[in-house]
Order: sequence, then structure tokens, then C-alpha cells
Amino acid sequence: MLVKKPTMPIARLIAALVLSALAATACGKDGSPPTKGPAAGKLPEYRVATGFQLPESGTWRKAKSRGRFIVGAKEDQPYLGEKDPATGTYSGFDIEIAKMISASLGLDPRRIEFRTIASANRETALQNGQIDYYVGTYTINDNRKKLVGFGGPYYMAGQGLLVRHDEEDIKGPQDLDGKRVCSAAGSTPFQRIQQDYPKATLVAYDTYSVCVDNLLTYQVDAVTTDDAILIGYAAKVPDELKVVGKPFSEEPYGIGVPRSDNALRFAVDDALAAREKNGDWQKAYDATLGLSGVPAPKPPAIDRYPAN
Amino acid sequence: MNVLTDNFSTFGDGFLGTVELTVYASLLALVLGFLMASFRVAPVGSFRAFGTVWVTVLRNTPLTLLFFAVLLGLPRFGLVLPFKVFAVLALGCYTSAFICEALRSGINTVPKGQGEAARSLGMSFGQTLSMVILPQAFRSVIAPVGSNLIALAKNSAIAGAFSVTELLGTYKTLNELGYNIIWTFVWIALGYLIITLAISAIFNILEQRWGVAR
Amino acid sequence: MKALAHDSTALYDIPGPKTVRRHKLYGVLSTLAVLALVAWILYLLFDTEQFTATKWSPFEYEGIQELLLRGLGNTLKAFAISAVLALALGGLLAMGRLSDHRPVRWVATLLVEFFRAMPVLVMIFFVFVALKVQPLPALVVGLTLYNGSVLAEVFRSGVNSMERGQKEAAYALGMRKTQVMSHVLVPQALRAMLPAIISQLVVALKDTSLGFLITYEEFLHAGKLIASNLDYDLPFIPVVMVISPIYIGMCMLLSWFAQWVSKRQRRSPKTEAAEVAPAEPGTLLPGR
Repeated sequence: MLVKKPTMPIARLIAALVLSALAATACGKDGSPPTKGPAAGKLPEYRVATGFQLPESGTWRKAKSRGRFIVGAKEDQPYLGEKDPATGTYSGFDIEIAKMISASLGLDPRRIEFRTIASANRETALQNGQIDYYVGTYTINDNRKKLVGFGGPYYMAGQGLLVRHDEEDIKGPQDLDGKRVCSAAGSTPFQRIQQDYPKATLVAYDTYSVCVDNLLTYQVDAVTTDDAILIGYAAKVPDELKVVGKPFSEEPYGIGVPRSDNALRFAVDDALAAREKNGDWQKAYDATLGLSGVPAPKPPAIDRYPAN
Repeated sequence: MNVLTDNFSTFGDGFLGTVELTVYASLLALVLGFLMASFRVAPVGSFRAFGTVWVTVLRNTPLTLLFFAVLLGLPRFGLVLPFKVFAVLALGCYTSAFICEALRSGINTVPKGQGEAARSLGMSFGQTLSMVILPQAFRSVIAPVGSNLIALAKNSAIAGAFSVTELLGTYKTLNELGYNIIWTFVWIALGYLIITLAISAIFNILEQRWGVAR
Repeated sequence: MKALAHDSTALYDIPGPKTVRRHKLYGVLSTLAVLALVAWILYLLFDTEQFTATKWSPFEYEGIQELLLRGLGNTLKAFAISAVLALALGGLLAMGRLSDHRPVRWVATLLVEFFRAMPVLVMIFFVFVALKVQPLPALVVGLTLYNGSVLAEVFRSGVNSMERGQKEAAYALGMRKTQVMSHVLVPQALRAMLPAIISQLVVALKDTSLGFLITYEEFLHAGKLIASNLDYDLPFIPVVMVISPIYIGMCMLLSWFAQWVSKRQRRSPKTEAAEVAPAEPGTLLPGR
């Protein structure tokens, strides 16, 4: 949905004004500002499978003739699915998973076209063919299985707690009484705290980045959601944030595919299994989430449920 | 259909959240609007300038931007407050600019002779304004103030999009629980209609009792 | 509006020498108070380290500047599309409300009243979440329905406010209703309505920022993407300082344009036959 250039005269005029204003204060350095946190590790190269064929999958045939996959992802989760605001490139563990699958299915991972899809729109985007598959902290559950297919899981996340680095009182969900806890409005982690720890004061925002911002400005005492997401934030600013306690739920992350395309789902499962076996999965983890210092867990068993 | 019956408490909380937000923000908007209107008609130039800047800037600020700035900006100065207070601040300040303009044009409808008579009795500016002009202006501003408060109630939906304890915000919870989204929105829409109709009913009564005969 | 003639002088006389001195004192004191407030805010900004290089340097990079420009372009795109569509819908609904056929009138009235009573954000979310539409069309639909309904009322009151003689004279010449409308009433009313229409377009421009809440990649969204980035040390205040003047400036330009047009019209003989009140925010109050 990016417009390359404003097309109207007014737009162009204002754009020129702004640009000259910006140019007056700075000369416009090339590229984007440097990133903080541990430097991105050496990302693994995925060998593209040659001669791979999957004619029974409509999604694959379309992607093949297009020459690339269109993949849905998140844009605001550090080390999982993050879009560089300036360059527009995506990076993170989920993005690496998307790339290795593309390579296994015979299409160059460097040519993948990523699209940011909001959580609420994931099912629709897959149903109407807007994206070929989706990799972005997508928890597999039965409700969603009625709407889309799930390859994987490729990662077992669990609900965790993110606190400020100097926080001493909170060591797990049992310590949340009377504390202010932030999560995404209406999300499953939010509702779990609401039910299981009713003494915690819940604060809800539309995105986790607002929650983390609130945590850093002392508006809330903890942020809760899947630990993978929290680890990503903690890895960015390790001297300000930390993840505490054991995960208190199981959230298997899957790769969303169109529900009717069983052939694609099985191919994704096979690709994932192969990548876990040859060490690519481990390398991808080490280069992204692993930078937080949390060692790679064992990948969860792939749930190759029968065709529907 | 059971979207409403199953989740009556969720809708109820959201409804009350919107009402609460509307009431507090309305009070703030009326107080600030009154203050700014008296600034704008004051004899001292710097007061007038301040009032004019306040109104011009706030009327031309997108409310979403104001929410964004208040909600995430004020905490940076070490302010720790619940979300609701920030929301009331943003909504109240925004609407105060419109209330101010409604009051000011109301003041302008009071005939000049009224002020002259008051002054000839030896009243000060403050006395003239509060005892003679405003009680009369009040009668002609009931309708415009009412429609501004209705706009405020509708704008409170933006607070719901940022955080949950508000009518529009309830859709997130119910959507996650897998309820029919169309029906959810039907009930949300009904909730807003009830609130806006209630405000307009209140102001109709006020208008009938004290309004200027047209 | 007639009341403007005697302005605020109803409240105080031309001050005498003593009062002038007193007012000057008040003026100085209040200016000092405002300056102190500004100084305190500046102190707070410095104290909380809002002016550090890490927080401001992202704006030096072309990538970030392009991101902001792209956002601004998307904001203006959404505004342009919704403005055109809202004007069209407004015209259509006004035609409906002025129709001679009762069912048409009823339907148009119902639509106008409903869309004006609903928060525009609820409509946008309904289209976006329940009907599963893309962000841009969802935003445009919401803005069009709301602003179109308000504009319909502006159009209708504009046409209705025309002096009866205009209409009667046109009918007397043997014109049909459509001709009376299109040749006599609408051209005159349109000129008089122009300020009210532009004012409503300011509302539409401001409301494009609601797109931010449904992940439409407009100006505020671009700002948030930069502000919430931990890599740039959460440059929230700098982002607000950069984007708000641009937003407010755009809206002010449009508002001033509306005022300028309205001033010009007050002197113009072409609009004597009509008087149009500015568009009120959606209201259910009768007797306006």
C-alpha cells in the first residue's frame, strides 16, 4: 500500500516544502539510522532447491509464475518480524523462517515480497489470496484452524512477563496483585490475566510497542504476552528491560496457509522438518532471538494433521 | 443475537466507560471553554492573544494526534496517571476550543446596551460578564454547546481504539472470543445512539426552559 | 453573524488613562506568566533529555525523511479521495432530501441522520473489522459517509435558504424543477455555501489521521513507527515536534482559505440571496 510519490499538485507542493525544511536542518544522509542492541548476527544463506515442483498447489503455481512469494508478516516486533522504518526491509526470526521455506519451495528468498498484515486481518488476507503464507507470531488453535491451514509449529512460545531491569518484586504471574499490567486489548494473554489473576490492574493498548513505552515511562509495572515477543524487546535494550519467570502457557507458532491448499501445507511441513534437521533453523534462531542470550530451545514437533 | 446477552457485562462496562469519559471530559471542556471565551473577550490584549492561539491551534489539530501526544508525551515528564485521565485531558482540551467559540458567538448576540447599562451601574468587567452578559448569552448557546458535547461523546470512540474500557473498545474482546462481529457492532452502534440521543434530549429540555424563543 | 458588528465592545468602554495603565500591567504580568510556563516546559524537555543527538539524528537520514513524506502523501491521498466522494455523496443525499417523492425523502433523511449520529471511527472500524476491507478503502468509506451526510445538510440548507423570489421567478418562466435547481438555485447557493464546505473539508482532513488506528500507513503512522523504535531511543517528543506543526499547518491553511472565501463573499453581490450557517458537528437537535 505504499505510494511511491504523491501524485497531486498540492501533495507535491507540500512534500517539496517539507523536504526543503528537512534539508535545511540536515543534509539527508543516505540510508537509515544505525540500530541499537546486539548487532545482527550473520544471517544464514538458504540454498534454493532446484527443480522443486508442486503443481497440485494453486498458491505455489501462482507464486512460481510470479517468480516470488508474497508473505504476510508483523512489522513491530524486534528480532521476530520488524520492518526498518527507513529502508522498509523486514528482519527477525519469523522472517528467517519465511525465507527458508521459500528456498525449500524453489523460489529465491531474497525476492520475497513481505506485507504487514495486522493480527485482525490475517485470516482474510489468506482467504482472499492477498498473501501466499503468513509467518508472524501466529498461534495455532482450533478456532483458527476452521479458517486457515497451519504448517509447523516452528516455535513454542509461552506467555511471559517483561519488566524494567531494576524491578525486584515481580518474579512471575503470582506477584502481579495490585500491579499494573499491560497487554494488547482483547488479546488472549490479556484475557488470561483477567481470569487467572484478577487482582492485577490491567491496562490495554492497541499495540505492544505502546505497552513497552508505558513500561519505560513507569505507567505500568509489567507487560505480558508471548515470551518470544518480550525477549525481542529485552534484547534491544538489555540494560533497561528483562523477561522474568517461566512461561505460563503454550503458544505454538504456526505458518498460516490458505485452508484449502493442503499440498502447500504439507510441503511447508516437509521444508521445516528439513531445515530443522540441517541446522538452518538453529542458525536462524542464533542470528535473531538468540542475541538476547536465551539459548535456542528444541523446535517443537511438527503437527502434520490430515488433509481436510 | 446472543452476542448481547452473553456479554452483557462487557457491553455494560464499555457503555459506562463511554458515559464516564463523556461526563468528565464535558465538565473539563465547559470549564476550559468558559475560561478561554472570557480570555477572548477580555480588554487585555495578551489574554485575547492567548485565547486565540489556544482556539486556533486546538481546532486545527487532529484529535488522534492530540491523543497520541497526550497519551505518550506527558508520561515522559514523569507523570504517572491512569489512561482515563489522559483521555479526559485530550478530549476536554480539544472540545474546549469549540465550546469557547460557541460561547463567544453567544456573547456577541447580547445587545450592546446591556453592557452599557451594567457599566453605568458601576459594575466591573468581571461583574458585567458574569452577572449580565453570560446569563443572557447562555440562553442562545444551549443548542451549539449541546451539539459540541454530542460531538465529544462520539469522539470518545478514539479513546476506545487506543484502550479498552470504552464502548468501541469492546469489539476487540468479543472478536477474540469469536462472537459474531456484525452483531457486536450493531450493539455498539446502539450504545452510541443511546448516549447521543440522551444528550440531545437533555439539551432539548434546557432549550425549552431557557432557550431564546425563535 | 450579524452580531459581529458590535464585537466585544458590549463588555467594556474605551478605557481611560488609568485603566490603560492597569491593562498594560495585566498584560505584562500575564505575558510573564506565559513566558515562565514556556520556560518551564523547555526546562522539562531538556531535563528529560528530549534534545539529545540520538533522538534527533534519525531525521537526518534520507530513509526516514522519505518515510515521513510517503506518510504525508498517503494522508493527502486519503483526503483527496474522501473529499471528492463526500462531495458527490453529499450532493446525492441532498437531492434525495429535496425530492418531491416522499419515500426518497424518507430514505435520504434516515441515512443522513444515522451517519451523522454515528461516531465516524465506529463506521471506519465496522468496515475495516467486520466487513474485512483494506485500510485505505475502509478509511475512505467512513470519511465519505460521515462528511457526505454533513455536507448533504449544508447543501440542503443552502438551497432552502435561497430567497423564495428566486424560485418563484424561475417557475414563472416555465422552468421544470430540475432546471430551477440546476440553473437558478444551486449555482447561487453553491457560492454562498463554499466557506461551509471548505470548513467541513478541514474536518475530513483532520479525520484522515483516524487511519492511524486501522494501520493505514499515513503521516501519523509513519511518525509512530519512528517514535516507538527502541533503536532511536524512543524519539517520541521529537516526532511530535516535527509532525504536529505540519498537520496543524495544513489544517490552518485550509481553515484560513475558508475564512478568506467567506470574507470575499460577504462583499459579493452574487451571494446576497442566500445565507448559510457553518456546518455544525453532527447533531440531533431540532429547531436549527
